[in-house]
Amino acid sequence: MLQFSFWDILSNLLIATQWTIVLSLIAFVCGGIVGLALLFMRTSRIPALEWFTKVYIEFFQGTPLLMQLFLFFFGIALFGFEVSPWTAATLALTFWTSAFLTEVWRGCVESIPKGQWEASSSLALSYIEQMRYVILPQASRIAVAPTVGFSVQVIKGTALASIIGFVELTKAGTMLNNATFRPFLVYSLVALIYFCLCFPLSWWAKKIEGRLNVAR
Amino acid sequence: MSLVSIRDVRKSFGANEVLKGVSLDIAKGDVVAIIGRSGSGKSTLLRCINGLETYQSGSIIADGIEVGGASTNLRELRRHVGMVFQQFNLFPHLTAAENVMLAPTVVNKVSKAEARATAAEVLAKVGLSEKMDAYPSELSGGQQQRVAIARSLAMRPKVLLCDEITSALDPELVNEVLRVVEQLAREGMTLILVTHEMRFARDVGTKLVFMHHGKVHEEGVPKEVFAAPRTPELQQFVGQVG
Amino acid sequence: MSYKLQFAELLPYWNVLLQGLIFTIVLTVVSTVAGIAVGTAGASARTFGPVWLGRIVAVYVELIRNTPFIVQLFFIFFGLPALGLKLSETTAAFLAMVINLGAYSTEIIRAGIEAVPKGHIEAGLSLAMTKWEVLRRIVLNQAFRKIYPALSSQIIIVMLGSAVVSQISAEDLTYAANFVASRNFRNFEVYLLAALAYLVLAMLTRSLLRALGRVIFKAR
Ligand SMILES: Nc1ncnc2c1ncn2[C@@H]1O[C@H](COP(=O)(O)OP(=O)(O)OP(=O)(O)O)[C@@H](O)[C@H]1O
Ligand SMILES: [Mg+2]
Repeated sequence: MLQFSFWDILSNLLIATQWTIVLSLIAFVCGGIVGLALLFMRTSRIPALEWFTKVYIEFFQGTPLLMQLFLFFFGIALFGFEVSPWTAATLALTFWTSAFLTEVWRGCVESIPKGQWEASSSLALSYIEQMRYVILPQASRIAVAPTVGFSVQVIKGTALASIIGFVELTKAGTMLNNATFRPFLVYSLVALIYFCLCFPLSWWAKKIEGRLNVAR
Repeated sequence: MSLVSIRDVRKSFGANEVLKGVSLDIAKGDVVAIIGRSGSGKSTLLRCINGLETYQSGSIIADGIEVGGASTNLRELRRHVGMVFQQFNLFPHLTAAENVMLAPTVVNKVSKAEARATAAEVLAKVGLSEKMDAYPSELSGGQQQRVAIARSLAMRPKVLLCDEITSALDPELVNEVLRVVEQLAREGMTLILVTHEMRFARDVGTKLVFMHHGKVHEEGVPKEVFAAPRTPELQQFVGQVG
Repeated sequence: MSYKLQFAELLPYWNVLLQGLIFTIVLTVVSTVAGIAVGTAGASARTFGPVWLGRIVAVYVELIRNTPFIVQLFFIFFGLPALGLKLSETTAAFLAMVINLGAYSTEIIRAGIEAVPKGHIEAGLSLAMTKWEVLRRIVLNQAFRKIYPALSSQIIIVMLGSAVVSQISAEDLTYAANFVASRNFRNFEVYLLAALAYLVLAMLTRSLLRALGRVIFKAR
């Protein structure tokens, strides 16, 4: 068997970290796009659309992310498609992220005073135009902090993709552990790398939130 | 032919009937002052006219458009019926000019340049030419309310609804807003105002409507009605507000 | 789609799944109680304890909140034995859950404590209450009232996160689902059923916590 030095372990983990970052970015961006679409549906006051988004959010917030990964992994295969861990992880994380972001953003939209809706309504703006020109520009300012905060959850969430065989940081940790039998070192490093990814975002989110509270 | 025709409108919030059969005819150029006690349904009536509230029975026809039907084209209606609110409701992320330009550019698809010219014109009319690029937070209450009026005017409305537009203002700022409204009235704008300014209602109004318990309790020419209220409720009300 | 879902094939395994479900419930209940105890201690230490203790608690909270639960679990189960601390799957699962919820609730409760007006503490002290009585009766009481909804959501998040303990072979609902899937190969059906069980569990937990909150905090 190969001998792994500390630097071998660290460099292998860092290489795998790239995939954690890529998967996080994809999930966050795609989840954000889907979440925005859901946000429009959720606040549309069209009963069927609101009902659909409520069920969607309930499901993705009320079941373990791990189960969602399994369901996508095995569910798509039922349709006769070949499913890579990549596809399943991307899809599950996207939908999971979107459900949470929609709820976060809905809170921000609802904190905009009713008068803004009424004034823009009486200026003949349609619902989409109200959102686009009046509500979202104001809501997005409040939304930055919790959105950045949630990105930390997304990064941590990608760790579960390891379970369906996606090789990212956690999976690399497991593989290196099996090869080196140095679990304490390997998992300490894995945790440390996650911390280095997540902590700056947590810190930033807190800072923005504080600044917003002062500004009010 | 009336510009706004309200026929036997009834409106309830749950079990609470707020409008109990209101009928009113408003002709082009009328300046209608609606007065009445708190809770008598003044705001609700006004909000029904531009579809911010729905009502259960009766009919409202504004500028030829039946309000409140399932197929009502609210967008078309609201292009011609403006509204100014007690709390101004300016868009805080936009400057005064941008507040005014928003609806013309977005709804009427007017070019930016043309909208800006209109904004300059209506802001001049309310006396705020030099505040075009100020944000609402940089303006006094009276100035904000005048921007809100200009914002409605930019859509060239046929009717302007005003709900207690001076009630949130410090007393010394009330007049600058009332003067703007008076000017509009003189230019022939059709106005429906809910107001607590009795003197203004009498001097500027062409028609006075006294609402009581969800009904039009008394109406007529302001000077006559104020001089000789027929019903004891209006007598008492006028006596109270002086 | 030509595939037909075959839920009937899950029936023979109902008791496996039920046992898993019970494990998940017990795991959640125990770690909720212990985790909130840790959180209360941690939050009190951070706000009223000596500076050095507050620093240690802060590091604990940030370390846990900024790393994935699965890594914490692996660290405890695989990593700690290297230091001579060998734990069973079940113990490791419970410990990881408590440590995890402990960190989150420390942060949540701390925010609640900081929202209690200083004047209330001074008023309590001036009424000759001891520091302990002030902490318990005035500060924590108000703090919990305020953060109860946030704490409730966190409990549900942690409950759903507990699915991960299956990865060290702690025999929870997900472990049971994996087991059944490995026997009858009806992966999708098993996981769908398990997911719905979690969903029901989450909804029940939410209603239960809400009802509990009304009982605990009914004196407004
Ligand atoms: N959205 C609502 N839901 C329930 N009840 C409402 C709502 N809006 C108004 N009401 C009720 O309808 C009644 C009439 O309200 P409205 O605002 O029309 O009165 P108003 O004459 O404008 O009073 P004020 O002078 O205080 O503005 C009140 O009893 C009020 O409580
Ligand atoms: Mg009113």
